[in-house]
Amino acid sequence: MTEQGVRWTAEQVLALAPDAASRRAGSKLGVAGPWSGTGSGEGTVWGLCKGSGSRPYQTVVDLAGASGPGFKCSCPSRKFPCKHALGLLLLWAGDEDAVPAGERPPDWAGQWLAGRRGREDAKKTGTEGGSAGGPADPEAARRRAERRAERVTAGATELEQRLADLLRGGLAAAEQAGYGWWDETAARMVDAQAPGLAARVRELGAVPASGAGWPARLLEECALLHLLDQGWLRRTRLPDALAATVRSRIGLPATPDGPPLRDRWLVLAQYDVVDPKLTTRRIWLHGAASGQTRQLLSYGAAGRGPELSLPVGLALEAELTTYPGGGRARAALGERFAAPAPAAFRPPGTTTAEAAARYGEALRDDPWLESVPVTLDRVIPVPDGDRWQLADADTDTALPLTGPARSRPGLWRLVALSGGAPVTVFGECGHRGFTPLTAWPEGAGEAVPLC
Amino acid sequence: MNRATSGGDTAIPEGTWEELVTTALLGTDRRAPAHVPPGRTAPAALLDAAAVATVRRRAGLRPGRAARRPERAPADPRPPLPAPAARRLTTLLADRSGGAGGGRRGSAPDLIELLPQWLAAANAHGYAAPPQSLPALLDAARGRTDLRPAALAFAGPRALWLARLNPDWRFALRAAPGGGAALPDTEDAEGVRRLWQEGLFAERAALLGALRARTPARGRELLASTWGTERAEDRLMFLDSLRTGLSDADEPFLEQALGDRSRNVRATAADLLSALPGSALAARMAVRATACVALDRTGDAPAIVVEAPLECDADMERDGVVATPPAGRGERSWWLGQLVESAPLGTWPRRLGGRTPEEIVALPVTDGWQGELHAAWCRAAVRQRDAAWSRALLGSPSAPEAGGPGAVSLAERAKLLAALEPGERAAWVAGFIATHGLSEAFQLLGVCAVPWAPPLGRAVVDALDIAREAGSYPWSFSGVMGLAERCLDPAEATRLETLLAVPDEPEDAAPGAGGYWAEAFQRLVTTLRLRAEMTRELVPPAGPREEGAQPPDAAG
Repeated sequence: MTEQGVRWTAEQVLALAPDAASRRAGSKLGVAGPWSGTGSGEGTVWGLCKGSGSRPYQTVVDLAGASGPGFKCSCPSRKFPCKHALGLLLLWAGDEDAVPAGERPPDWAGQWLAGRRGREDAKKTGTEGGSAGGPADPEAARRRAERRAERVTAGATELEQRLADLLRGGLAAAEQAGYGWWDETAARMVDAQAPGLAARVRELGAVPASGAGWPARLLEECALLHLLDQGWLRRTRLPDALAATVRSRIGLPATPDGPPLRDRWLVLAQYDVVDPKLTTRRIWLHGAASGQTRQLLSYGAAGRGPELSLPVGLALEAELTTYPGGGRARAALGERFAAPAPAAFRPPGTTTAEAAARYGEALRDDPWLESVPVTLDRVIPVPDGDRWQLADADTDTALPLTGPARSRPGLWRLVALSGGAPVTVFGECGHRGFTPLTAWPEGAGEAVPLC
Repeated sequence: MNRATSGGDTAIPEGTWEELVTTALLGTDRRAPAHVPPGRTAPAALLDAAAVATVRRRAGLRPGRAARRPERAPADPRPPLPAPAARRLTTLLADRSGGAGGGRRGSAPDLIELLPQWLAAANAHGYAAPPQSLPALLDAARGRTDLRPAALAFAGPRALWLARLNPDWRFALRAAPGGGAALPDTEDAEGVRRLWQEGLFAERAALLGALRARTPARGRELLASTWGTERAEDRLMFLDSLRTGLSDADEPFLEQALGDRSRNVRATAADLLSALPGSALAARMAVRATACVALDRTGDAPAIVVEAPLECDADMERDGVVATPPAGRGERSWWLGQLVESAPLGTWPRRLGGRTPEEIVALPVTDGWQGELHAAWCRAAVRQRDAAWSRALLGSPSAPEAGGPGAVSLAERAKLLAALEPGERAAWVAGFIATHGLSEAFQLLGVCAVPWAPPLGRAVVDALDIAREAGSYPWSFSGVMGLAERCLDPAEATRLETLLAVPDEPEDAAPGAGGYWAEAFQRLVTTLRLRAEMTRELVPPAGPREEGAQPPDAAG
């Protein structure tokens, strides 16, 4: 790997930070002062950072490894990456003199690196061997799967019964019953090993308190839950792809099974959905040659950022394998052939009308789909009273922004970038509206993350 | 998005969905669904129908109608930032709102403290802000009023466009010259007249300020054209804006304002006139002041004798002398002070035997009047920006009284220093610090030009080194340390290397102080390097050298 042109931007480095405090702390360390013995080469950046103790911290970042950037620091921080790793990358991004290129890593960095790359190779050969040989005891695995299917069926049947009771008594009564009924039902679905059903039920509990129009929304969601139950109970009569979609919506484990697709993947967006127990990171990628858009998911336990991090605006040469199920674009990251590097290309855009139509078509394969990834070309953010919309520059049509999108600081970066002129916007388009995630200015210019 | 309203047989009649919702709300026990197929229960039939309706509705969504588009932001003709400078701005802004909390500052620089300097440098180069940085810039300027002028200048016209869309940033419209309503071109006589006649107070004040900055006479004429009809508070504010571009040409107008109905307007007019040493008011004040101050040759050595005024007559009041002293001050000394501070300083050498300002300040003053007289001269030197008198009144920086509470307070010294050339100012403060140390120097350092001149920088670093050796904690000097981080010439960084080591602790030193000092100096050095880097990033890359401008081997 050559160093030329692969240094990241500060935005891209800061996107790795697990939280705002880390961004600040990392920014402060992105200066030459506390650092010594810095260098970079072979896709790795290392350095010694003076802390409050007498021994400086040893910090290494592996940018080229097959499983995404890896970080190692001798500091006691439990943040991942820690502020030292962020500071080191900022220094490397901003100042070629401060982190000289083309060096050999010192022993302490080299050892970790060799161990990490060795583990990756082992994992690769391990999984390959595993898939070739199949599970150790296929008969036992089949019995386990059958037992689980029986439990899910029992759960779906019970849920149907509960939904029927609910509608017999009326949603107005359900509003008075409060959150407890939903909570209890969700717990039953957890027992039934149907986490997808449990999550949907839990979300339903919040609908009665969601303001005007809640009965219609609650009925919609109850109906879609009913549709999912019915899909599961009659899965043998569904086309294969739809049956796979139902299984994944129910929350059964799946392994990526599509043929690997090698491409140069542009990172369109990366954002985290945080709940108390789990941080889910969603990364959207767009293939330069295939034109496909795919989503990677990675998870971090409470308080830790997910390990996979791909800054917006970079592109990586890699293989992706899709998960079964129609409509959704979820994929797993396979082999990576080159480290992420800045890329100038943009995804091809479309109109608001085409975006809405795409969502509609995607529902055919997955009626539970909330949104589809879309790049809008030549749209202008327009205030519409308290709301905002993205209007086509050349026609009279517009998509409303979703509620969360309207209250995020990213909205203002989008408006500032546009200045009333057309911009290109990537985001998620669904029945609640459009959520902008990344924007590009008219003419030339880098991708601006909005999330 | 809108529900599809056409689409033939795939569309659901609007009524059906409403019916389903009503049925669901009431419950199927109370109200049976319209259609229950054989073999289905009523709730299942309702859910079936609702599922079909929901998916159909979502699948049929179409874009809505576009609302009225905002006007385009005005173009910003300035060149974009070089890429490294744009990255630096991102990191500086990422630090905002951060870490102000108490406690030890560690060895990392305070990035947000460097933002003002960065903005000043970017503005000096005339760069435009990256549009996507505007929200963070506006938020930073919102939180810190001291940042506003530079941040808004850098943010440019698009920031004002943005501020009109977000109430959080309204301050930008007030703070920016002209605010929301764009100022007319000052050459546009009709536009200027109309805004002056019809504009809001803030708009009119901004207009007057803009005119005074470019063509002071036109500003004055505009003000004179409506002077008689303005309210007293407005007259006071408008009159004050004549400070910009004040010249002898303003004298007739100001003389006239001395007869104003409002006492505050009269005082401001007098104040402005006394800053014009050639004005008639200054001459009248000189006559009154010299009547009170004379040279006494009767003793062994010449001395100044003071005879304070016995009354404050109507003419004095008309010239801005305030008759009633504040509590605790004698009337006569109060009047004397006002006369002397308003009299042109050029009066005194003539009056006092052709002496220079230094010689005059050195003369003894009889009957304890020295404090009063010198303080009045200080105010006059500041008001008239008189370098010779400022120098004389400051005296030698190493004089013992320069450090303690003397006739001239530190605040007054700081003001006097402002009248000197930057080099002389820096040299004086360096001399002061060398003699008196840092504890009193903060205010004086604040008026010195940035980056500090080499002698001043060396004096500060030496004094910090002495403080360290004395064994105190660095946070006793955190104010000066913070100033040094922002003001010391980055070229000094190499000279500071020797201070970074943790020294052996002397017995009487505060525990751990050596380590903290090393950390503080580390932060200083780091910050200086960062500032040098920031400056470098903002300098445009040198254009390609013209080939052949210097033939390599031409001379042979």
